[in-house]
Amino acid sequence: MANLQEKLQYLKEVAGNPGKQLAQYLRQGRQVIGTFPYYTPEVLADAAGIVPMGMWGAQTEISQARKYLVAFACPIMQSCMELGLNGTYHGVKAVMIPSMCDTLRCVTQDFKLGVRDIACIPFTYPQNRKIPAAAAYLKAEFTQVKERIEEIYQVAIEEEAVQKSIAVYNEHNVQMRRFAKLANDHLDVVTPIVRHEVFKSAWFMTKAEHLEIMKEINDSLETLPAHIFAGKKVILTGITAEPEGLLQILEDQNLAVAGDDLAQEMRQYRTDIPEGDDGIGRLAGQWMNRTDPMAHDDEIKRLELLGNLLKDNDAQALIVCLMKFCDPEEYEFVAYNKYIKSLGYPVLSIDIDQQPGAYDQARTRIQTLAEML
Amino acid sequence: MNEQNMNPAAVQPDQAAAPAKPKRPKSKSQLMAGALLDKAYNDTMEARARGEKIGWATSLFPQEIAETLGLHIVYPENHGAAIAAKKLAAPFLEYAEAHDCNNDLCSYAKIDIAYADIFDCSPASNMAKPDFLLIGNNGCNEITKWFEVIGRKLEIPTFMIDFTYNHMPYVTDSRVQYIKAQIEQVIEALSAFTGTTWDPDRFAEIMRVSTENRNLWEQVADYLELQPSPLSGFDLFNYMGPMVFTRGRRETGDVMRQLIAEIEEHIKNGTSTFPAKEEFRVFWEGIACWPYLSHNLKTLKKYGINVCATAYARAWSLDYTPGDIESLARAYAFTSSNNILLEESVRRRKEWNTKFHIDGTIYHVNRACKVMVCQQQELMRQVSEACSGLPYMSFDGDQADFRNFSEAQFETRIEAFAELMRKHKEERRNG
Repeated sequence: MANLQEKLQYLKEVAGNPGKQLAQYLRQGRQVIGTFPYYTPEVLADAAGIVPMGMWGAQTEISQARKYLVAFACPIMQSCMELGLNGTYHGVKAVMIPSMCDTLRCVTQDFKLGVRDIACIPFTYPQNRKIPAAAAYLKAEFTQVKERIEEIYQVAIEEEAVQKSIAVYNEHNVQMRRFAKLANDHLDVVTPIVRHEVFKSAWFMTKAEHLEIMKEINDSLETLPAHIFAGKKVILTGITAEPEGLLQILEDQNLAVAGDDLAQEMRQYRTDIPEGDDGIGRLAGQWMNRTDPMAHDDEIKRLELLGNLLKDNDAQALIVCLMKFCDPEEYEFVAYNKYIKSLGYPVLSIDIDQQPGAYDQARTRIQTLAEML
Repeated sequence: MNEQNMNPAAVQPDQAAAPAKPKRPKSKSQLMAGALLDKAYNDTMEARARGEKIGWATSLFPQEIAETLGLHIVYPENHGAAIAAKKLAAPFLEYAEAHDCNNDLCSYAKIDIAYADIFDCSPASNMAKPDFLLIGNNGCNEITKWFEVIGRKLEIPTFMIDFTYNHMPYVTDSRVQYIKAQIEQVIEALSAFTGTTWDPDRFAEIMRVSTENRNLWEQVADYLELQPSPLSGFDLFNYMGPMVFTRGRRETGDVMRQLIAEIEEHIKNGTSTFPAKEEFRVFWEGIACWPYLSHNLKTLKKYGINVCATAYARAWSLDYTPGDIESLARAYAFTSSNNILLEESVRRRKEWNTKFHIDGTIYHVNRACKVMVCQQQELMRQVSEACSGLPYMSFDGDQADFRNFSEAQFETRIEAFAELMRKHKEERRNG
């Protein structure tokens, strides 16, 4: 248990101090690449020994970014721009930005032209994944990303290294899924905040390092007797459930997070990189297989996904962490809100903002939900 | 939540306006354009009544496909604009917001999602209930999700062509092959779904007609080069309906030729449809503020400001080789400023600013359209810099939500902008 707590404490520190992690990697002589939300072919960088670090913004005052983005732009993008412009990302040589939504289309341009000391590697995922030509297109797009990384970092990305890296990423996926499952038997240890810190820390470490820690955490959790949780369980969906002040409200109301469909958390781990001989083709295949609101989806598999998350994890409600000004998520809400309610689950939608102290209204609403449950 | 949306004092513009002055009679070309649009809506209604399958399409979906198959199509974006321009948007916006649509969503989308339940916007033209949807994301990503909502609501299929945002200064070959494959797939699937037959010769013919109409549209826009201009640039917005709806039909050419004849007549007589002395020539960036089109024009007129160039209207000026699917793919992928990298947007504006003798740029900070405004500030700086310090201004507005616009802000800023342009012109004159 002491070892478990130590590991969790370590991940908490990593999750809370990405700047420290960056400085440490740079001191070690490692090169770092930034990965914008929320899917990038970071395997390609990892294969060349470059450390990919997630860029999810921060609770920071927006001032310089106002020169680029309107106040009704995605809060994560506003703070990422701010941190790029104010030098916080100094030491990161390049960032990969997927133009997955309208704001990200523009941010590929804003970052490229505004943050001159960091190279920008934009790329576009195919939306129409029903035809084989989409995978061929994405392979070309990822090849362009690979060539840019090689040029900027002066490295060669070898096929064998890509395959090895993929193996690590897939194994990490397995351990993250195992953690999400084990956590539900230990909700006294894995509180909403602890759960979030475990997921968030993965963005600021190499996957190989995180993988080793996750194995130990999971092994330790497995040896503990199951805890009978007396509170109620919820499922979270959206982009992120941050800052921690929001999760603290859940803890205060004795609500546990029993599963999630968050871009920053389980969306990353539920789809493995498929088998194959061609590394870039395998990475493209992963995007083709994802169930994700950022891709065109006639069948809206998210309905089934959310319904199953609630049922399989014995949860009592869905909390929608609706990132402010995130139109893909806002449209999807129209699709699933009624459906989830029709299954008999309450749905509570909370606006997510990165600005400090934005959760007074959320507290009252979560309290009301807890009382209702 | 949008603070402007929360303003309880927000009212429909017509509720607050003074009694309207008698309107200028419409020109023959305007009447023809209106009649063509009415006919397109009616034909679609009648086709559905006959049991034919009809569709709704995004405004930059390649109309050549449906036209070749003889399918009747209407365009929700234009429909939303018409509802907003006729000041009929309020109940649709309120309905959508009361039915899970976030205030933040595109106002066209909210109007359309509400319309897909209500199906009545009279006295504006109604769109027939669709049997299928055609999606092209070259205008924005958001429209994909919007049409998915409609598809699920009405339980109808979507046919999509993904035009992939271009972060390179050209459409890459991998994109062209992907788009071409999608076009071929849509042709096959749509023919099968609607029970229609694909005729490649007819496709080439529709592309030829569309190109002719495109060339006429360019000719119209190019008259704005003249100083003073024989037409008000805002007029172009009135003819966008045919360019979107019926770009592949010969009747659209008739409207354009009539319009050209009218412009020639103005040139001959030394007159203009711009109802004031032209003091300044500006570039209008973004979609029109439809609920306030006449207010905007009136305010601009007061200072002699004529809109002589706009990127928006030119998005439908698609340049390709008839019969060549790859060139069609390239054209549709690279036409809209919303689907291309910023350097190309700046390059085009620099060219237009020179060609049309532009004195300044007016930027519509459109609350409904993130893809238009999230790189707009950098665009403002770069265009101004590329054009020797060309003056610019911005105003907060919305393409269809009347609550997100302040007449007072617009008027004040235009007054100051006219002064800025005057000084800039003087400085240039004085070297």
